[in-house]
Amino acid sequence: MTDMVEATGVADVRELDEVIIRFAGDSGDGMQLTGDRFTNASALFGNDLSTLPEYPAEIRAPAGTLAGVSAFQVHISNYDITTPGDAPDVLVAMNPAALRSDLHTLVPGGTLIVNKDTFDERNLAKAGYDHSPLDGDELAGYSVIEVAMTSITKDACKDLGVKPRDADRSKNFFALGLLSWMYSRPVEPTLDWIDSKFAGKDLVIGANKAAFNAGHAYGETTELGAQRVIVNAASLSPGTYTNINGNMALSWGLVAASQLSGLPLYLGSYPITPATDILHELSKHKAFGVTTFQAEDEIAAVGAAIGASYGGSLAVTTTSGPGLALKGEAMGLAVSLELPLVVVNIQRGGPSTGLPTKTEAADLMMAMYGRHGESPMPIVAARTPSDCFDTAIEAARIALTYNTPVLLLSDGYLANGSEPWLLPEVEDLEPIVVKHATEFNQTNEDGDGVFWPYLRDENLVRPIALPGTPDLMHRIGGLEKEDGSGNVSYDPENHERMVHLRDRRIASIPVPDVVIEGDEDADLLVVGWGSTWGAITGAVRRVRTSGRKVASVHLTHLYPLPANLGDVLRSYERVLVPELNLGQLVRILRAEYLVDAEPLSKMRGQPFTAGEIQHAIGERLVALEGDRS
Amino acid sequence: MTDVLDPGTEMDLGPVPETTRADWSSDQEVRWCPGCGDYSILSAMQMLMPELGARREKTVFISGIGCAARFPYYMDTYGVHTIHGRAPAVATGLAMARPDLDVWVIGGDGDMLSIGGNHLIHALRRNINLNILLFNNQIYGLTKGQFSPTSQKGKVTKSSPVGLVSRPFNPISVALGAEATFVARTHDMDRRHMQEVFRRAYEHEGSAFVEVLQNCNIFNDGVFASITKKDVREDMLIDLQHGKPILFGSEKQFGVTRGPEGVVIVEVAEVGIEHILVHDETIRNPSTAFSLSRLAKTPATPTPVGVFRAIDSGEYSTSVAAQIREVQAQLGKGDLAELLRSQPTWKV
Repeated sequence: MTDMVEATGVADVRELDEVIIRFAGDSGDGMQLTGDRFTNASALFGNDLSTLPEYPAEIRAPAGTLAGVSAFQVHISNYDITTPGDAPDVLVAMNPAALRSDLHTLVPGGTLIVNKDTFDERNLAKAGYDHSPLDGDELAGYSVIEVAMTSITKDACKDLGVKPRDADRSKNFFALGLLSWMYSRPVEPTLDWIDSKFAGKDLVIGANKAAFNAGHAYGETTELGAQRVIVNAASLSPGTYTNINGNMALSWGLVAASQLSGLPLYLGSYPITPATDILHELSKHKAFGVTTFQAEDEIAAVGAAIGASYGGSLAVTTTSGPGLALKGEAMGLAVSLELPLVVVNIQRGGPSTGLPTKTEAADLMMAMYGRHGESPMPIVAARTPSDCFDTAIEAARIALTYNTPVLLLSDGYLANGSEPWLLPEVEDLEPIVVKHATEFNQTNEDGDGVFWPYLRDENLVRPIALPGTPDLMHRIGGLEKEDGSGNVSYDPENHERMVHLRDRRIASIPVPDVVIEGDEDADLLVVGWGSTWGAITGAVRRVRTSGRKVASVHLTHLYPLPANLGDVLRSYERVLVPELNLGQLVRILRAEYLVDAEPLSKMRGQPFTAGEIQHAIGERLVALEGDRS
Repeated sequence: MTDVLDPGTEMDLGPVPETTRADWSSDQEVRWCPGCGDYSILSAMQMLMPELGARREKTVFISGIGCAARFPYYMDTYGVHTIHGRAPAVATGLAMARPDLDVWVIGGDGDMLSIGGNHLIHALRRNINLNILLFNNQIYGLTKGQFSPTSQKGKVTKSSPVGLVSRPFNPISVALGAEATFVARTHDMDRRHMQEVFRRAYEHEGSAFVEVLQNCNIFNDGVFASITKKDVREDMLIDLQHGKPILFGSEKQFGVTRGPEGVVIVEVAEVGIEHILVHDETIRNPSTAFSLSRLAKTPATPTPVGVFRAIDSGEYSTSVAAQIREVQAQLGKGDLAELLRSQPTWKV
C-alpha cells in the first residue's frame, strides 16, 4: 500500500491501492443493501472489486442476536483482484451483536466504526456482553470511531415529518453516507438509486437521502478528516463494464444460449436457496421468449424440463444440493433418452438442509457419480461471478451439440458475490448449431424408409426428431434400447454395448486443455475448480511476488477432464488441491491419474481467502526445500 | 443471433390425412398378459384416433412406469416412456413448450396416485392441456401383486397378507378435490363408452382426467366384474348423461337424489321422478360431482360412469404463452446487447 497524499488534489486524502470494508448489522438493518450500494458506487467509480455477502438462513432472526447478524464484505482496489479480501481493514458494526460476531475478522489496527446508540443494556445482553466493549480497553488494538448513527439520523429526518420509528430504518443510509465520504465515493449514483428504488414513496426517499447526507456531512465536519482515503480507479482492460453477481450472469448466459441456438429457453425450477434468484431473473425475460415454470417440486421441475427438451426447447432446471439429490432419477432418464438438458446446481453447505445461505462445493462427487447405473454427464463449473455467463453458454453448447444432460456447478459465493464484468460483444459470441432430424435415416426389411432414433453419428450423437415432424414418429423411454433402432431390448450384449456407447460418447467430448498459470518449472502445482479460482490465483500471485515459484491450473471442465491434465499433474513434484469439501476433486485426480495429489479443505461456509492458500503453499514450499537440503 | 422460433409453428403440414386403425398401431409386439384389460383400452384408442381427425405426428403419449405405462410403445405416434410417477410432470413441460401437440398421459393407480400423486393433482390444478388416463386395477401388477393406493381396505395381497389396513383413494374424488375441469370414468369392458369418454377428454380444453376401471386378470382378477360384466351393467353402472335425470336399472327403476348427507340411490317409484337429480356437468362448484363420486362405497355397488364434470376454465399453457406474447408486444423481442447493458455500466 502507498500512503501518497493529495493524489486527487483533495487535501488530507490518503491514496490506497485497495481497501476491504465489512458492513455488519442486524438482519433488519439493511446491510446487504448498504454493501450493494457501496459496491455499485465503487464499480461506477472504476475500481476493481469483489464482494462476499453473508446472511443468516432466517429471514428475520431475533433482532439484536448473534444469529441475526448479516454482513457484506467488499474489496475495492486500483488493480486487478480476485477475492473479497482476507480480512477487512474497516468494520462497520451497527449493533453489539455485529461487533461481537465479526470483530475477529478485522485486521489488527483496523478501523472499527460503531453505531454507539445501539450499545444499550438490552442489546449488549442479547449479544452476550456483560459490559460495553466501548468502555473497556478490549478495542484498544483498533482505531475506533463511535458515531451516534441512530440519533443523528432521527434528527436529520425530524423536519421531514418522518416518524422516529421509520427514521430509525434509514440509519444504514447514514452509515453508507459516512463510508462514502471516508472512501471518496461518488454520491450521485446512490442518490439516484434512492429516487428510483423508492419512487412514489416521498417520505422514504426524503428520509434515506437525509440520512445519507447526514452521514456524509458527519465525515466532513468532524475530526474524521485524517481517516479519508481514496482508492483510485483500476486500470482494467478497455471496454464497457457492469457489476454482476453469479446468478444474474448465469441467467443471462442461459438467455444468450437461447439466442445463440435459436431455441426457446424453458426453465423448470422449484425455489431453493441460493438458486432461486435465477428463477426470479429468468421470469423477467419473457421478451426473450423465456418460459419459466415454478413446479410443485424439484422432481417435477426437472421432469418438465425434460418434456420441454423433448419438445425442442433449450431446457434448464436450477437447484441446490438437496434438490439435485431429488432430481437424480430424472437425470438418469435424460441420460437414457439422450436429450439436451442443463442442470444447474448452486452448491451450499450440506448435508441435508445444512447451511442454506453459506457456500460450499461438496457436490462434485454427486455430480460425477450421484445417479443410478452407469450414467455419465458432462460437468462444467464457473470460477467467478461473471464467468457464470460463459459457463452457462458452454453447458448449453455441450448439451445441444452432444444431446446430453449437462451439470453446471456454481456455489453460494459466486451466486451472490459480484465483480466488474467486461461486457462481451454479442456478435463475438459463437452460435450454437442445432439440427433436428426431418428425414428417414434407415430402411426396413420391406425397403421402406424408417427413423431410427439411436442411429449415432461419428460423435456417437443420436438424431433428435421433434414431435410434429411428419413420418418420423417413434417412441423412446427409460428401458434399455436396442443400439440403432431404439426399440426396447433386454439383450445382454446390447446392454453392454449401450453402456459403453453412452460412456464413450460423453468421455470423448472435446474440452480445452488446462493452461498453466505461474511458473511452469515450479515444484508445486495448485489445482482448483469452481470458486476457489479467485483465492488460488491471488495466493499464487503473492507467492510469486515474494520471489518463490509456484504454478496453478484451473478446471472449468470436470467431466470429461482436459486431455493434457495427466501430463501436467505428473510433471510436478507436489500437487495441492484446495477445495470447499473434504477432498473430492483430489480423489478423482488420484483415481484417474495415479498422482499423489494432496487435499486442502475448508468447510466453514465461507470461501478460501488468498492468505489461507498462500500459507498452505508456503508450508509445502518449505517442505520441498527441506527435502532437497 | 438466430431468431428464436417456437418449434412446431414452422412446418406446414397440409390437410389432416385420412387414417385407419393400422396407421395408429406401431410395429412393436404388445406384451401385456393375455386377457389383460389394457388390450381393449389400446384397441379403443387406436380405433378412435382416425375418427378424431388427429394427426399422428402431432400426437404424443407420455407414460410413467407400470403395466399401463407400456401403452406409448404400441401407438404409432410420438411417445415417451418416462419414470415412475413423473409422466404428468414431463407432459406438463412438453405441453407448455408445444401447445400445438395433443398430449396424452397414461398411467396406473400406483403410478399416478402413489409415487406421482403430487404431479397429478398439480397438473389438474393448473388445468394444462393434457388428456390423463388412469388405468385403475387396484393392484401393483408389474411388481407382481402388492396393494395399491386404490386397493380396498382388508384386501389380501403379497404385501398385506392379513388384510390391508388403510383405506383407498377414490380417483374421481381426488381429481375433483384438485378441482379438475374435466373428470370422467369408464371401464375396459365397453369400447364404445371408452371411446365416447376419450373423445370428450380430447375435446376438452385443459386437464382432462379419466379413470378407466381395468381388469388385471393375473393379480386382481374380476375386481370390477360385479359391476362391469355385460349382464350386470344395467343394474350396477349409473351412466351419467348431461341434462338427464340420473337413472339406472333395467327398467330405469332406480335413480339418484339428494339426501341430507349427499346424493343417495332411491327407487324412482318411491320418491317420484321429479325428485331425481338431473345431471349437470357444468356446475362450477364441484360439490355435487364430488358427492356423486362417493356414491359407490365399494367396487361391488352401483357405480357412476361417464362425465362427472366438464367446465370451461383458463387453460394453463395458453395463458403462459399469452403472457410472453403480451410482453413481446409491449416491449418488442428481447435484445441481448441491451440486456447486458440493463444495469449501470461504465467505460474504461
